[in-house]
Amino acid sequence: MNDSVSLYDVDNPAPVIEPPRKRTKKTPKSTRTNFEMYGWLFMRLSGIVLVVLVLGHLLLQLVLDGGVSKIGFAFVAGRWASPFWQVWDLVMLWLAMLHGANGLRTVINDYAQRDNTRFWLKMLLYTATVFTVLLGTLVIFTFDPNIR
Amino acid sequence: MSTSTLEKHSKALDAAEDGASHSITITLRVRRFNPEVSEDASWQDFQLEMDPKERVLDALHKVKWEQDGTLTFRRSCAHGICGSDAMRINGKNRLACKTLLKDINPEKPITVEAIKGLTVLKDLVVDMEPFFQAYRDVMPFLITTGNQPTRERLQTAEDRERFDDTTKCILCAACTSSCPVFWNDGQYFGPAAIVNAHRFIFDSRDEGGEQRLEILNDKDGVWRCRTTFNCTDACPRGIEVTKAIQEVKRALITRRF
Repeated sequence: MNDSVSLYDVDNPAPVIEPPRKRTKKTPKSTRTNFEMYGWLFMRLSGIVLVVLVLGHLLLQLVLDGGVSKIGFAFVAGRWASPFWQVWDLVMLWLAMLHGANGLRTVINDYAQRDNTRFWLKMLLYTATVFTVLLGTLVIFTFDPNIR
Repeated sequence: MSTSTLEKHSKALDAAEDGASHSITITLRVRRFNPEVSEDASWQDFQLEMDPKERVLDALHKVKWEQDGTLTFRRSCAHGICGSDAMRINGKNRLACKTLLKDINPEKPITVEAIKGLTVLKDLVVDMEPFFQAYRDVMPFLITTGNQPTRERLQTAEDRERFDDTTKCILCAACTSSCPVFWNDGQYFGPAAIVNAHRFIFDSRDEGGEQRLEILNDKDGVWRCRTTFNCTDACPRGIEVTKAIQEVKRALITRRF
């Protein structure tokens, strides 16, 4: 006789698999903010701008005018002497980081199984994002071509 | 006679259409689960003599009535209107009563399992409560202000046409249970609830659109849609579900700005 047969019967049925995060009384009530809408809009709008910024960046850095071999300290110093390239790189940094972070946020929301996992993954993501954005901004604005 | 769908026809079907004898042998592979016997679900094969022009529901009936009376599934009208018998047939959400055996290659075993993302209670029967909870949450009824008119609430043909597609929903849950976002956590409202909100949001007679949009603007509302089009593919009524969801998104954006 099989174990599973003796384990369960009419009065003692096997537990059924509940759907994850079933809606209960403890489920947070609606937030009534437009955050998700702004997030959704930001992804589309920043995406359009990033196509221009990133493709332009790649073209200028890697293809035109001698290709990748031209890139060096002097090249970067020359570019960042112009406010135009400073603004270009700054906008690209911020948009790309926020775009990527928001995308990862939705991926975590979709795939993380437990509330704790979800929370800590997002904390890690936000920390890394803030760190990278701030460090990059700092470098763009305080870059000193006469260093060393 | 059958030139238009010649590609899809199997040899068995051609023979069936030519001669008087119609039956072929099919294998129905059903995902069985009975919590009173075992905590594990398992596949069970049934060999059946069926006419290829019969439906998967007929095959299930034949099993239940002639081979194994313990097979459990829902069906009410059996003609594609009540929406009771949505199930996953050959890996795709369909109504068993609208799926002909000849259309799903009866030469191979036909797999039948419960729709995903909802708790399986027994065999093909799932707990639909989370699905209907989301449906109730969007307030799928006419909301108006002021005195009731003494006559019908009239509306132009164009106004009626605006939401015609989403009136076709039969609440079978084929769309919601095909949505990967719903699979992950049952918190997402799901395509069916949004379709039924759409039906009232775009109804010129209704005045509760703003409330429904506010509900669907939440973090588990329309913004969780990833436009994978699983819902549109699954809908047995041919509703353009993803389009309806996108229209609700657009309405939210245009009304907020």
